[in-house]
Parts: sequence; C-alpha cells; structure tokens
Amino acid sequence: MLNATKMPALGIALLLALMLPRIVGAVAVDPPLEDPTLEARAQALFLDLRCLVCQNQSISDSNADLARDLRAIVRERIAAGDSDEEARNFLVDRYGDWVLLQPPVKKETWILWFGPLALLGFAGGLGVGLYRRREAKEAAAQPLDADEKEQLKSLMDDADDA
Amino acid sequence: MPFRHLLPFILFVVVAAALGVGLTLKPKDIPSALIDQPIPEFQLPPLEGKDNGLESDHLRTGDVHVVNVFASWCLPCKAEHPFLMELAKSGKAKLSGINYKDKPKNIAKWLDDLGDPFGRIGADHDGRVSIDWGVYGVPETFIVDGAGRIRMKYLGPLNNSDRTEAFLECLDTISNGGDAC
Repeated sequence: MLNATKMPALGIALLLALMLPRIVGAVAVDPPLEDPTLEARAQALFLDLRCLVCQNQSISDSNADLARDLRAIVRERIAAGDSDEEARNFLVDRYGDWVLLQPPVKKETWILWFGPLALLGFAGGLGVGLYRRREAKEAAAQPLDADEKEQLKSLMDDADDA
Repeated sequence: MPFRHLLPFILFVVVAAALGVGLTLKPKDIPSALIDQPIPEFQLPPLEGKDNGLESDHLRTGDVHVVNVFASWCLPCKAEHPFLMELAKSGKAKLSGINYKDKPKNIAKWLDDLGDPFGRIGADHDGRVSIDWGVYGVPETFIVDGAGRIRMKYLGPLNNSDRTEAFLECLDTISNGGDAC
C-alpha cells in the first residue's frame, strides 16, 4: 500500500522519467563531440535540418537511419573546422534547400516569404479605399441651398394639390 | 466597372485553379539538387568475392549510364528488378549499381536468385557515398550522360508506370545526345 506522504515524490519521479527522452534527445544514441562548444553548435544545426525520410521532423528529433547518418556528417564537418554555414551548405549541395527546415529568402521563395504580407497590404488597401469612398459619399450629403429648397417646396405643394 | 458582380466568381475560379494545381503536386518527390551537376567523386569497393567495384571514373567513359541504388532488404527494389534485367538486356544503357548498406551474404544470395543486371556494383557499406548522391531512400535511379553529369533522378521502383515511361524517354533523349529531359 502506498503511503500518502510518498505520493508527491513518486509524481516527481514519474514526471522526470517522462521528460528523460526530451532531455537526453539525440545525444543518447550517437557519440557526441568531445568539445562541448562544438557539440552545442552541432546540436543547434540538427534543429535546422530536415530529416528527409520523415516529413517535417528535424534530424535532431528523428531516430531514422538517415537522420543518424546526417547527424554524424554534421558533427564531422563541425569537428573538421567548418562554419555553421559551411556545414549546412554541405547538405544543401546534396539535398537542395529542402533539407533546411526554414527555406532561405531568395527569388524562388519571394512569394512564400512576402506573399502573405503583400496579400495583407492589398486587402488593407482595399478596405481603406472602400472606407474612404463611403466617407466621401457621406460628406457629399450637404444641406439644400435656397434654389433647391424652393424647388422642393413647389414639388411638395404640387403633390398636396393632386 | 461593368463586370463588378462577377468579381467574386472570378476570384473563386482563380483560387480553385491554384488549389487544383496544388493537388497535383507531390510533396514527397523532392527535386534533386544534383540535376545537371557532375557526379560526386567516389570509390566503392566491389561486393564480397567480386572484382567489379564502382568509382566515378567508370561513369565518365562517354557512354550513358544508369546508376541504381538498391539493397536486398528493400522490397520495392525486388519489385523493380525484372525491369532492370530487361533494361540491361535491351542494351539501351550500361547499368551500374550502388548497393546501399547491405550484408554480403544477403546481397550475394539476392543476385544469385534474381540475376545480376549490373556491369559494376559498388558496396556502400556506411551509406556515405549514397548521401553524396543525394539519396534518401532506396531504390533511386540516376541517368548519367557520357560526360559524367547527372541528367535525371528517379525516385522509387521502376515498374512500368507512367513515370517509368518518362524515365525511358529521358534515357532515349540523353542517348541521342539530347539536352532536355
């Protein structure tokens, strides 16, 4: 029988156990680099790189065979003195921009990056335009001048006579 | 504007057309970054007990090559194998194989059972050369022209589908010195 006072401790232990996979992550599977700064850079890069065989997962998250190989390659490049950019480009040369989880800003991706902004601008402009037009219409409703009043009066009188 | 009331309808047609095109795209077919690029520099040892390994120089001989990345543990590879045997027999191209992460015993038995369509087979034990080719799954098949440039990449099994037709057409085009695929 569980002692009531032990329950919170058990809860915490369970929580920690459940968190373990997140804390340990990919490090548990592959041998990390000896230099912790280099390893940290490699780990950061893993998050930017797509696991090609498991859609929309980074190679950091994946246990796929290919993801493991790609992690090993990134570690090798970093250990060999590559900059982050160079290590990333090594894989882009082979797999194209698709390997990057965040697509780079260039001519082919302008629609992707700026399309929503342009659409928002267009819709906003349309809204402002319509609003202005209505304002203008309302503003145009001015009181009748003397001539018009006269005309209206005679019209009304005619109507009364009929 | 005389056609103002048609505007929502026109907008609908435009959006429907854009979404319709989107439906025909295959997000799983990742375009290769290596099309029209020279093949990677590599040297692969032969399979156990053989002497016909594969290296870059073998693919720059002036002949059109078909390079197939395969493994005995890959079922789609088995499905496309008869097609490769047929292709080798037709003499349309020289076939080379990159054997991806395989066990010597398994691949030897596989080739014994099913036949060997390849002139050369390189054993890519750790899969690194395949990564240099931008391979992310087996089978994948490349058309390499006489100058050693990759002209087409085919994903998945070659098994007499419409895509296979396109592959064969491309092979013909490249063999006849054509440029576009």
